[in-house]
Amino acid sequence: MSERVPRIEVGAEAPWVGFRTLLYKEVLRFWKVSFQTVMAPVLNAVLFLLIFSHVLDRHVTVYGDIAYTTFLVPGLVMMSLLQNAFANSSSSLIQSKITGNIIFVLLPPLSYREFYAAYVIASVLRGLFVGLGVLLVSIPFVELQLAYPLWVLSFAVMGGAILGSLGVIAGIWADKFDQLAAFQNFLIMPLTMLSGVFYSIHGLPQLWQDVSHVNPFFFMIDGFRYGFFGQSDVSPWLSLGVVGGCFVVLAAITLAMLAKGYKLRA
Amino acid sequence: MTVPAIRIASVTKSYGALKALGGVDLEIGQGEFFGLLGPNGAGKTTLISALAGLVRPDGGVLEVMGHDVVRDYRNARRNLGVVPQELVFDPFFTVRELLRIQSGYFGIRGNDDWIDEILASLDLTAKASSNMRSLSGGMKRRVLVAQALVHRPPVIVLDEPTAGVDVELRQGLWQFVRKLNRDGHTIVLTTHYLEEAETLCGRIAMLKAGKVVALDTTDNLLRRFATHSLRVKVGQPAAALALGGVEVDGGWVEFAFDSFAEVEQVLARLREAGAGVMEMQLGEPDLERVFIEVMHRV
Ligand SMILES: Nc1ncnc2c1ncn2[C@@H]1O[C@H](COP(=O)(O)OP(=O)(O)O)[C@@H](O)[C@H]1O
Ligand SMILES: [Mg+2]
Repeated sequence: MSERVPRIEVGAEAPWVGFRTLLYKEVLRFWKVSFQTVMAPVLNAVLFLLIFSHVLDRHVTVYGDIAYTTFLVPGLVMMSLLQNAFANSSSSLIQSKITGNIIFVLLPPLSYREFYAAYVIASVLRGLFVGLGVLLVSIPFVELQLAYPLWVLSFAVMGGAILGSLGVIAGIWADKFDQLAAFQNFLIMPLTMLSGVFYSIHGLPQLWQDVSHVNPFFFMIDGFRYGFFGQSDVSPWLSLGVVGGCFVVLAAITLAMLAKGYKLRA
Repeated sequence: MTVPAIRIASVTKSYGALKALGGVDLEIGQGEFFGLLGPNGAGKTTLISALAGLVRPDGGVLEVMGHDVVRDYRNARRNLGVVPQELVFDPFFTVRELLRIQSGYFGIRGNDDWIDEILASLDLTAKASSNMRSLSGGMKRRVLVAQALVHRPPVIVLDEPTAGVDVELRQGLWQFVRKLNRDGHTIVLTTHYLEEAETLCGRIAMLKAGKVVALDTTDNLLRRFATHSLRVKVGQPAAALALGGVEVDGGWVEFAFDSFAEVEQVLARLREAGAGVMEMQLGEPDLERVFIEVMHRV
């Protein structure tokens, strides 16, 4: 009898399979509905671009000789990237919590670090897909330079990771969809809109310039834009420091929440 | 000494002022078919959730195959398969995708042979490529069982797996679970169908308000409590209750005896008290009776 008892070979499994599966599942989840999760936000951004360029292009230039539409594109790319990175982890988590299928990832032997990494990396990937989509579709409309691709990629990945983390926090904290919507409407949207997506803060009154400087989103977009034009409102190193610091703080908060099992393992 | 499949010691859990678990001690041996019974809200699901790491207990220790569910959670969870009470599913995937993904979470790749075997055993083969959304409730329930088995856990816990499931599926499911038990899996089961628990479980714990109020082999429980019983439907239930009866439902009151010789006396006393006996039944011992008695006694 006893030798028929199934045995589990401890440690026999290939390393990282659990984490990779969760990441794969999170990517598959948005990829299966990419019409809504990737195409729709790209279309949104292009509409912004068409409207603003038509209205403003002939009247406004930035950094001396850069056409407004050209200036706008990196901002739109980053804004779409950030919003979709947030949407990915937050909507996945709240849906899983509300439908109850979150237990399928809580029952297996996944650590909270693997859990965090999978959700955040999936968010970054969705952000990058959308951002790349916006960029590619914008290319016919503008003459965009790409001065420092590595800066572009660094800020894209870190911005995505920050918003992905915020999405994990919001998705775990919110019990209902309207709480998540409130998080999005009263925190994420204002911070994005007031971050200089649509303007250079040098064109703003002093007060608003100061306000922008306490908004981490400003540094994400300013640093990202530096990668394209080689010009920015503040030094890209300062932006990198602020954005990196933000990521570390948010990652620590999110990991602490997950380690304690806040709301997930009540 | 082999380690117990499940060891639960002094486990407590409160939700605000509500004591969902008030110090539960339980040890379940490898290969047992164990029943966890109790009325709604007794704490069965909370106890199972604590075992699965879905709920953090306030105090106490829980182990699966000797692995602490908090400190050594990876090994504890590898050894445990849980079929949850709620009919939850992921609407994004097909049955096979879901089972592959669930295998992956447990670190297993290339699990298709075993997945095919589970699908066949649960009569799900034809649904392997169907999206979860399109399945009936009974089918979804079977997928939940399949998901709990992808990693071949030695210990399997089923939380009311037959609630709202039709008779045919219930029979099929029990046949399958019995086979798992014969193959050496430890089975822990909660159910509202006491006849099922009586025929399936070798040992039973009864939970009431977060405490174990009875724990014994099914045979001993049947012997120890309510050997025989008399159920009467009376016009004046209060009068019958005053004589030591226990209300069952709808005007029926039950008396328990050690031997049928006592029946005459009880009927005489009911007549004296003017209870007005309208119908009566004599009962052999069964688990339902034991359950009712245990729940009233403590
Ligand atoms: N998350 C929760 N928050 C508050 N109370 C809860 C929670 N989960 C369970 N309870 C309460 O704990 C008690 C035990 O519930 P449960 O374990 O589901 O019982 P059972 O499974 O035996 O029906 C019930 O009174 C229930 O209302
Ligand atoms: Mg329950």
